[in-house]
Amino acid sequence: MTATEAAPNGAALHVGRSLKRKEDPRLITGRARYVDDMTVPGLLHAAIVRSPEAHAMIVSIDSSAALAREDVELVLTGQDMTDLESPLPCAWVPPGTEIANAPHWALARGQVNHVGDPVAIVVGTDRYAVVDAAEEVLVEYESLPVIVDPRAALADGATLVHEDLGSNRVFEFSLGGGDVEAGLAEADVVVQREIVNHRTSGAPIEPRGVIADFRAGSLTIHSSTQVPHFVRLFLALQLGISEERIRAVAPEVGGGFGAKLQFYGEEVLLAYASRRLQRPIKWIETRSEHMQVAHHGRDQIATCRMGARQDGTITAFHVQITADLGAYLMLLTPVIPVLGAFVMGGCYAIPNVRTDITGVFTNKMSTDAIRGAGRPEATHMVEVMIDQLASELGMSPPAIRRKNFIPKESFPAEVATGVVYDSGDYHGSLDKLMGKLDVEAFKREQAELRGRGIYRGIGLSTYTEICGLAPSRIVGPSGLGLQTGLWESAMVRVHISGAVTVYSGASPHGQGLDTSFAQIVADRLGVDPEVVEVIHGDTGTGPQGLGTYGSRSLSVGGEAIARATAKVAEKAKAIVAHELEAAAQDIEVSGDRFSVRGSPDHGMSLAEVAGAAYIPENLPEGMEPGLEETTFYDPENFVFPFGAHAAIVDVDGETGKVAVARYIAVDDCGPAVNPMIIDGQIHGGITHAIGQALYERVHYDDDGQLVTGTFVDYSLPSAAEVPMFETDRTETPSPSNSLGVKGVGEAGTIGASAAVTNAVIDALRPLGVTFMNMPLTPMRVWEAIEEARGGVPA
Amino acid sequence: MSATVPVRITVNGASHQLDVEPRRLLVHALREELGLTGTHVGCDTSSCGACTIHLDGVAVKSCTVLAVQCDGREVTTIEGLGSTDDLHPMQEAFWEHHGLQCGYCTPGMIMAGVDLLNRTSQPSESEIRHAIEGNLCRCTGYHNIVKAIQAASGQQTEATSQARDEVQA
Ligand code: FES
Ligand code: FES
Repeated sequence: MTATEAAPNGAALHVGRSLKRKEDPRLITGRARYVDDMTVPGLLHAAIVRSPEAHAMIVSIDSSAALAREDVELVLTGQDMTDLESPLPCAWVPPGTEIANAPHWALARGQVNHVGDPVAIVVGTDRYAVVDAAEEVLVEYESLPVIVDPRAALADGATLVHEDLGSNRVFEFSLGGGDVEAGLAEADVVVQREIVNHRTSGAPIEPRGVIADFRAGSLTIHSSTQVPHFVRLFLALQLGISEERIRAVAPEVGGGFGAKLQFYGEEVLLAYASRRLQRPIKWIETRSEHMQVAHHGRDQIATCRMGARQDGTITAFHVQITADLGAYLMLLTPVIPVLGAFVMGGCYAIPNVRTDITGVFTNKMSTDAIRGAGRPEATHMVEVMIDQLASELGMSPPAIRRKNFIPKESFPAEVATGVVYDSGDYHGSLDKLMGKLDVEAFKREQAELRGRGIYRGIGLSTYTEICGLAPSRIVGPSGLGLQTGLWESAMVRVHISGAVTVYSGASPHGQGLDTSFAQIVADRLGVDPEVVEVIHGDTGTGPQGLGTYGSRSLSVGGEAIARATAKVAEKAKAIVAHELEAAAQDIEVSGDRFSVRGSPDHGMSLAEVAGAAYIPENLPEGMEPGLEETTFYDPENFVFPFGAHAAIVDVDGETGKVAVARYIAVDDCGPAVNPMIIDGQIHGGITHAIGQALYERVHYDDDGQLVTGTFVDYSLPSAAEVPMFETDRTETPSPSNSLGVKGVGEAGTIGASAAVTNAVIDALRPLGVTFMNMPLTPMRVWEAIEEARGGVPA
Repeated sequence: MSATVPVRITVNGASHQLDVEPRRLLVHALREELGLTGTHVGCDTSSCGACTIHLDGVAVKSCTVLAVQCDGREVTTIEGLGSTDDLHPMQEAFWEHHGLQCGYCTPGMIMAGVDLLNRTSQPSESEIRHAIEGNLCRCTGYHNIVKAIQAASGQQTEATSQARDEVQA
């Protein structure tokens, strides 16, 4: 790996290197401060009374026993909070599309619509006591019929989640280009499959948590969130207080995976109750609550049709998605399938692609963004379908992909869905991947294992995704319809000592961005990354920001930092030029100095420049003192990372158990800022997708009861379920930003579920199984094998 | 609050007298009474291992132990293992090998890793994976955690951080 030439002049000293993370010393010693680690004088605790019913009218709520307790200060129900300014927000209002919506209040008003729907909040002096007290709040329900199946929910006469809407249909939306019906008619072969991306949980190991502290007309809220600035804005709107009176802080956050990209009712409840009592209150989500009420992801059933000519050229791809949105529309609930639709054509030059989406209400928790958010679903569909098509045509999976890849020379490439893929080299990553496979050894091992009843299979996934959210003019109110811009901000402050503080509007929670950001700044200012401090996640410091999600924080947030740093460097150069009586354009950053090109000894350190800037005795005419700059950066385009993944799996023919024997990933997220961190993101992303493919499923029974309400029945993969990962990269710079970088936080999750699924299907083909949907649990695999053998599964 | 019971627990070498409700979990006593917030809570079914500490030198999940059961016993938490100026080799290895991202599972992972090496000085990859099976991590995919534990046991591993730039240059 060569260091990337990302610095504007001089060699990159820090970008491109696997610097150990600046974040780690506090984390490995137990000295970090997550929300639950904090306390405030006079702190009260809260517990929430939740509905055990999936669909019911609230007949009565009797809080008297709870209120009679000495350790309880307050009980609130929905009826006590009718002075809230508005229901919880949904940020997607697509121009020209009707969206049916029902008010979603922080506490249910008269009716509950899913298990876990909050009914009351109990506030008291002791953490254990409020849980006891919550048990003493007596709620009488009158059960309503429950609708769980999203397709049944669309039928005439179906039970309605929200009676007054007259239907469970939320919206219809289509995205695509060309003419899919004509394209399918042109095809020699059309394959049709029903592909299910089942419901999953984000399940960060730190559950959510909130401390609200309302004092003297101002609110400070600490929340385990990915989006503190949104939390502040929405709290202002909900509570009717002005935004500058609110400080929202995301302290150390123990993972998010989209589950914390949300504005949750608990944030409102805590702030509201704190204002009422004028006391600080803490609420920490239990894991069981997280499984119930932290928004879920995926849950799309899709009818997919892919057509091709005999030579393998794909002529059309049509996808019809029924998206189970749950009971309410939360921040981004309905737009998630649309994000996937943008890349429904995958890496392929398919002239006709269309995705038709129907969003549906059911009596379940809302779905929303979970790692990948729409794009894992889309990639799963296109990558499983292309393998199904290959098998129909008698082509090999690599051959059909190569036949249809958008060639390297075509970038930037406008695809049928209307977006412009920024850059790519799909042949390059697949070739590199295939070079690592050793197909001969695979075949040998496959034959050996077969003798022991183990079926070995291999599956590919070549993905591209759309991230770096997002160009505001494309996704904003009059474009896609998100009621926000999606730029990012940065402020770079050089202190008089030459130390640097960077304020970012991003809100990282495990991605190592303090380190990557410091590397970018260090190269541009000739300092050590050690002296670059990165501050984020606090609306009380730095400029307005938009948070961390959608693999945006390096390509948008990092680019903002690079630009703010460039402005600082420009000012520094003018100061140095003035001091040294040289021309500003002759000053460059070389090692740890700003020096005159060609004479490295003739120069000033950043500390010397800062001294001159803050003690302004000899600044150029008209220059302001100080050395700090702010940038707001709105990208021109998205970025489109891509890669080629292969999974090798072993399926036990007797038990149906699947083991991932090898996983090889070649990813391209542009020039690496910190290769070690990139690998880590890929490892975690792949594991998340292996979880979805093999183990994890949020499951409701027909009564809308959540069957997978804890970590006992919702199985995250453990260390024993995944192999060491073999990772490598290609580096194709993005023209969308000056760093050339693309996002990487979601890439592994987007690419991997299809590779695992295709591998399991490949393994089972000798047994007559030709298609399966996730999750590929032992039971389901065993049933598929039995069915193919002609037996009737129990 | 119900009646409390006095207990004496030695935590990270210091003896503490606490009055706790009989139902109080050790993890809450450590975090809330003693301010040792490095031990985390990630679940309510003893599944995640974020709360792993050492009780009389052996790794246990402190959410499955009552504080009253620890009367007269010795507890070591992540704070007692090492400090920023004096890291334990396992902490050092997690840093060096990028064995953490959000850091929430990390104290528990590190305590589990130390416990494994106390029992098995040179564990195989599969022994490591099974030893930390009860510690869930959503961020890392375990790859670098396994490497960190291997490295802390003195076994050869592929370089992860800076050192690998030299190897790959
Ligand atoms: S908190 Fe103890 S195992 Fe999860
Ligand atoms: S580092 Fe985040 S859960 Fe392990």
